[in-house]
Amino acid sequence: MDPIVCRSACLICMGMVLILAIFVGFEVISKVPARLHTPLMSGSNAISGITLVGAILAAGHAGNILTVILGTSAVVFATINVVGGYMVTDRMLKMFEKKPAGGKK
Amino acid sequence: MSIYLLTNLAYIVAAVLFIFGLKMLTSPATARKGNLISAIGMLLAVVVTLLSRDIIDYKWIAAGIIAGSIIGAFSARLVAMTQMPQMVALLNGFGGITSLLVGWATYHVMAAFDLFTATTIFLAVLIGGVTFSGSLVAWGKLATYISGRPVLFRGQTFLNGTLFIGTLVAVALLLMNPSAGYPLFIGIIILSLLLGIMIVIPIGGADMPVVISLLNSYSGIAGCAAGLAIQNNILIVAGALVGASGIMSCARQ
Repeated sequence: MDPIVCRSACLICMGMVLILAIFVGFEVISKVPARLHTPLMSGSNAISGITLVGAILAAGHAGNILTVILGTSAVVFATINVVGGYMVTDRMLKMFEKKPAGGKK
Repeated sequence: MSIYLLTNLAYIVAAVLFIFGLKMLTSPATARKGNLISAIGMLLAVVVTLLSRDIIDYKWIAAGIIAGSIIGAFSARLVAMTQMPQMVALLNGFGGITSLLVGWATYHVMAAFDLFTATTIFLAVLIGGVTFSGSLVAWGKLATYISGRPVLFRGQTFLNGTLFIGTLVAVALLLMNPSAGYPLFIGIIILSLLLGIMIVIPIGGADMPVVISLLNSYSGIAGCAAGLAIQNNILIVAGALVGASGIMSCARQ
């Protein structure tokens, strides 16, 4: 295929993916109980740590010292975001889980 | 099967896991399982990314992941339950700076100027910078390292407006004249960091949860912009998902 056509097809595809993901994001959040607000925020913050993927790709570009420095520090920050984010969310939810279970017994 | 195809198929699975995980997080009965499902999606996305042919050198990646995991796991364990909101703010700031750094690294290796890539890089840097410094201020306010009282002064609106317009002008200048290069790019980074601080300081400590919720949404949008810049589907999907759901939960609070 003509490279220009190929390039625009790629961009259009990404645009389509972007728009659909935005709509899914809007629809997924409905009727959230107030006590789940903080864990939900923390959990979605962990998902936004997906930039780790971008950081890994940047850090792997060997050969350029600045890119490696930028990429490696990005990997460190993103990993803290991902690992810390999921663990903190789990801790919060574990605390919520105990309350109703104890009440029923 | 080519690695590229395999990676992108795995990204689709990861995106589905993120969507289910996020949905399950909204109900008390399924929330903990939902968090686990989204964590599995993250693990899958990271592992298949490591297979990429674009990665030449693994040692820095390995060092970064090990260091980040240790710091992240220890701080998540040690933080007191009452300090959770500021912990989330801090982690969110780290997400923001990641987008900024990824944008910067992409800018640094950009061989030929391409308007679309350049625009998305600047968006990733700008929104990532605002998220980072804004989250740090929110963290400082919640942890009472800085006063939780709103910081207001005369001419604040004017200053903020000037900063915002200045940032847009810098981005426009760099887009029109890419050879203007690094000084202007560093200028955009500094302006975005200043902007993040200025946006959050006038807000009182009691309103910080809403601010963090909004900044969380920003970090998603920044990740999405970084994804468009490096043309990575999982970054686009997960970033847009967090961005949109964050705005939604912010509006409902």
